[in-house]
Amino acid sequence: MQFLSFKNIGIAAISGAIPKNVINNYEYTQFFSADEVKTVVDKIGIFERRFAEKGICASDLCYAAAEKLFADNEINKEEIDLMVFVSQTPDYRMPATSFLLQNRLGLPGNTIVFDISLGCTGFIHGLYIVYSLMQHKSINKALLLNGETRSRVYSAKDRRVAFLFGDAGTATLIEKNYKFGESFFTITSDGANADLVKISGGGYRNPSSVETLKEKVVDGEGNIRSDEQGYMRGEDVFNLFIKAIPQDIKAILSLTKHEKEDIDYFVFHQASKYLNGYLARKLTLDESKVPSTLSKFGNTSSVSIPITIASELHSKLPGSNKLLLSAFGVGMSWASSIIKTIDIKISDITEI
Amino acid sequence: MELKEFVILFAEQFEDTPTEQFTPETRFRELTEWDSLTALSIIAMVDEEFEKQITGADIRSVATIEELYTKINSK
Repeated sequence: MQFLSFKNIGIAAISGAIPKNVINNYEYTQFFSADEVKTVVDKIGIFERRFAEKGICASDLCYAAAEKLFADNEINKEEIDLMVFVSQTPDYRMPATSFLLQNRLGLPGNTIVFDISLGCTGFIHGLYIVYSLMQHKSINKALLLNGETRSRVYSAKDRRVAFLFGDAGTATLIEKNYKFGESFFTITSDGANADLVKISGGGYRNPSSVETLKEKVVDGEGNIRSDEQGYMRGEDVFNLFIKAIPQDIKAILSLTKHEKEDIDYFVFHQASKYLNGYLARKLTLDESKVPSTLSKFGNTSSVSIPITIASELHSKLPGSNKLLLSAFGVGMSWASSIIKTIDIKISDITEI
Repeated sequence: MELKEFVILFAEQFEDTPTEQFTPETRFRELTEWDSLTALSIIAMVDEEFEKQITGADIRSVATIEELYTKINSK
């Protein structure tokens, strides 16, 4: 675990965008019986998700969120020194989507732009990478974009993943200001478990072919997917989760000399009601301090933390607030963070 | 922990299947209610009660509750 701290950098504003298209999970029954679907949906607590219409990409969701952020906060685009796009559902294999977004958003040539390929921990990673680059005197204002169309990554015929994922995008404005004080991060990378969540076909190791696109029955339960769709070894992911996450959260609290009571809100990656319920019980957290968007957006990967802040904490963060963020996912990767928000500006969520 | 106690804890992870239906010989993966989320409840229960980690492969490698109990104790 790597422990990082920064001074006088923070989140000034957040804006989120979601697709208009609402999926009612109880009615997502084209491949499974209504009874079976109901059992799964009740357990995971994901009742609705948003699916981007054909032709809408993660970058389009981020574009909409960023334009709203610029308008609501009267931002001069010429002042954006850095823009980072975090996603595993880019527009193209090349160039990096951040360059396309730079052009569409009308950001100047002196804006540094790049993509980060990461899933559920991608908001926390995006923050510490942006904060690190902001140690340079010339980088004063940055845009962190998190966008995913995870609904397209998994097979609708694989009951282990078919009901979990949704699409969303956010834009987060990060600025330097002494008022933000100190912020803290714990970062762990666990490549030994890289095969727990994976898409094995369609990259350069197993290039796209008729074979990688073929749907196959993959287990004794009759789940069906192709090698170009994601799989998740849920039990083993959960094992790692219960071993790593309560400990990571306790570690960041103790390293930074915080008590649970010092934290105003615990914003966790939204994976399933089951996992977040486990975490809240294990750490004996007051549920009113653990906002959730699982029921309406499902798991939106790296977007889940900022979209939960935008949706659930919209009017709950006046003045100064301490947030503890924590996420866990593909890599495997886990990360926690304690940040202070001061008069954070949260835009209304845009639908496209 | 006694096997009898383990069977009761195991049964508690199920919402619809009646507790009386569970015995050491129960082939749990064949129960209608069994799914990957029940497996998570079993993993969490074993972590709490035994402070031991069982994997997805461990669960798939056994048929009955007693075999799982033996597997946990051999760890």
